[in-house]
Amino acid sequence: MWNDLLLILDATLRISVPFVFAAMGGIFAERSGVIDFGLEGKMLGGAFVAATVAYWTQSAWWGLLGSIGIGIIFSMIHGYASITKRGNQVVSCVAINIFAMGLTVVLANAWFGMGGKTPQLSREARFMSIELPYAEEFRDIPILGDIYYEIISGHSILVYIAFLMVPVTAWIIFKSSFGLRLRATGENPLAVDTTGISVNKTRYQALLLNGILGGMSGAYLSTAHLAFFVKDMSAGKGYIALAAMIVGKWRPYPAMFACLLFSFLFAIKDKPEVFDLLKGIVPVKLLNSFLDMSPYILTVIFLAGFVGRAVAPKAIGQPFSKEK
Amino acid sequence: MSALAIELTEITKNFGNVCANKDVSLKVESGTIHGIIGENGAGKSTLMSILYGFYQADSGTISVQEKPVQIQNAHDAISVGIGMVHQHFMLVDTFTVLENVVLGTETGFSLKKSLETSKLELQRLEKEYHLEVDINAVIDTLPVGLQQRVEILKALYRGADILILDEPTGVLTPQEADHLFRILAELREQGKTVILITHKLREIMAITDNVSVMRQGEMVAHLKTAETNREELAELMVGRKVLLRVDKAAANPGKPVLTVEHLDFTDASGVHRVKDVSFKVHSGEIVGIAGVSGNGQSELLAAITGIQPLQKGMIQINDESITPASKADAATMRRFGMVHVPEDRQRMGLVTSFSAKENSILGYHNDPAYNGLFEMDRDAIHSTCQRGMEIYDVRPNNLNLRASLFSGGNQQKLVVAREMERDPDLLVIGQPTRGVDIGAIEFIHRQIISMRDAGKAVLLVSVELDEILSLSDRILVMFAGQIMGEVLASTANERDIGLLMAGIKQEAA
Repeated sequence: MWNDLLLILDATLRISVPFVFAAMGGIFAERSGVIDFGLEGKMLGGAFVAATVAYWTQSAWWGLLGSIGIGIIFSMIHGYASITKRGNQVVSCVAINIFAMGLTVVLANAWFGMGGKTPQLSREARFMSIELPYAEEFRDIPILGDIYYEIISGHSILVYIAFLMVPVTAWIIFKSSFGLRLRATGENPLAVDTTGISVNKTRYQALLLNGILGGMSGAYLSTAHLAFFVKDMSAGKGYIALAAMIVGKWRPYPAMFACLLFSFLFAIKDKPEVFDLLKGIVPVKLLNSFLDMSPYILTVIFLAGFVGRAVAPKAIGQPFSKEK
Repeated sequence: MSALAIELTEITKNFGNVCANKDVSLKVESGTIHGIIGENGAGKSTLMSILYGFYQADSGTISVQEKPVQIQNAHDAISVGIGMVHQHFMLVDTFTVLENVVLGTETGFSLKKSLETSKLELQRLEKEYHLEVDINAVIDTLPVGLQQRVEILKALYRGADILILDEPTGVLTPQEADHLFRILAELREQGKTVILITHKLREIMAITDNVSVMRQGEMVAHLKTAETNREELAELMVGRKVLLRVDKAAANPGKPVLTVEHLDFTDASGVHRVKDVSFKVHSGEIVGIAGVSGNGQSELLAAITGIQPLQKGMIQINDESITPASKADAATMRRFGMVHVPEDRQRMGLVTSFSAKENSILGYHNDPAYNGLFEMDRDAIHSTCQRGMEIYDVRPNNLNLRASLFSGGNQQKLVVAREMERDPDLLVIGQPTRGVDIGAIEFIHRQIISMRDAGKAVLLVSVELDEILSLSDRILVMFAGQIMGEVLASTANERDIGLLMAGIKQEAA
């Protein structure tokens, strides 16, 4: 039982990484007043570019850089459409998602001819697990040693970067001058404009960070979690991250916990114990589908009011214009 | 003449075909309070927006402290010492006072140091100018009077020597306004220059040293306040003689037409907006509801006119009783003899993309008089609109013009014509002259009085205290959803009503 729990928590952590990256990226964008449904597209694009670049260069780090690049490109397209051209932000996001979905498969087919998949990466071209210092030695310490060895140690570097991003995001949003302007821009852009700060510049800066984090979430999928890119790899994870961000009320730490909670459901849904437990309640025929749905169902339940009213930044979705 | 704080020379600004400012020149002396008065749409706000860098003038020059300057944006304005208190406060509601003041002036990447240094500076400013506010309070927990103080502090913190206030008293009670004026006088004592933009003659007379009058985008006069009077200013604003006082005979109330008993209303977000309100309106009288905007007047109006379903309490119109169970809507109320001129004509009174003609039967479009077998009776609609526009002097007299293309005053006349021509027993009218020019105000006021004299009951809701005082026979004052008290117009004075508006019950005197 104890070992099962350790393994489940370990898996939870691994699963949560793309959610955490994307949710932090989403917080930057939406706190500045720009809706970001496009996390899904950035994740997918990031995953494809990371796998491809890593394969060509045989370096995971170049792959990561590539994924950041495509994330920034996507977020800047979104910025140009929704900030500069004051277009509808949701439409722009949907366009990016569809674009990413099609482009990744087309390019993967054209370049590798493997039905939308990229070639398997070698060990050098992907992020491997790192054993933290003294993990073996501490293993004998009851409970804490196990936790350190099984859960905390033995992940790829991206896992640690993801969780480092949470305090970093929180600090930037709430403790930095840039964060103050960012939040003000999302709440009352006119007030920001009258103090002499450019609203649009602040929003572009927010989207830059958003693109970096969105791209990284994809790199994790294809160069750390798995060792290749496959068609539709993000499979709605960008939307789950968005939901986690809203459940967390646009705050980094609560959003991280929401990511972990959703990941926990993904981690346990394939366990035979859970299967046995639910067998009596849900018809066996439907059980697998039901388990696959469960994280999404929970998301809906949470959003429908379990966590209380989530108050979005006031100016979210509104392009800034002085003329009203 | 002492030094000039601001000199504008021949400023012109066009928006498309509309000329908002035409060759406007203005001199503001240092260390004075300078009023700029004009009707809505006279170009006051545009002029000040140009001065604050929000818009760029098409031509003309600006000098500050006798040096020519270019003001491209708010940042430039701040750097030459101009601060602005906007009509709609430019504050972030979820931030503290301190954060709002610091916003835009922070230095360094970490916020902590900026907050610490500005805290001391802000406390010093609060003391020096007697503008005490709790610097850690979150903005949306503060009353509007204090929020305005934060706006002034924000400007002073940025080193403003010239302070522009755009319609600052719109959201204040008379007492709060007086307090603001004391603050402005204090600022003048300390050598600051204040520009006060307003459409209220009383404020110009009360506080300014000099006054400039604008009409239709042009500057029509510069006067010393001490050497002018309200009548002269009103005439300059409108371009012809106007009657500031409404002449009316004593009321002759008859039987009750509208009875409201224990009306309660809670809005969708759970805020208890109207609390146990009861009153009567008789035929042949005007009952005015006074209060600072946002104290439940809008919700009370919505409940009485059937726009919001009645939740609790009882309404009686003539002999018809309405309870929450009767599920009455706005059409029911009309059938019972009520007409309603809503507070917000653009949102509730008109479909702005429809023509004047179509708007003239809005709400009465199911009336058999306008409906043939298959299509609407265009002649009937035409003649209804034609008659209304003639009687109410709507300009331009074009039945096919879209409602959005009429001026505010003429839009309001369209609505008033539609409703009043129904020969109702009860007229419910909200903010009858909001954003309406003085000429039209005079006209609408006369129409309301003549309704009363014809034996109709009138319920008037307005945030303009002057309007309430000059039209009403009885005045009810609302505060925080409750009726704080009732005063007879004949014995009412501004001070007593002001206290009620601030929620202070009078001692039995």
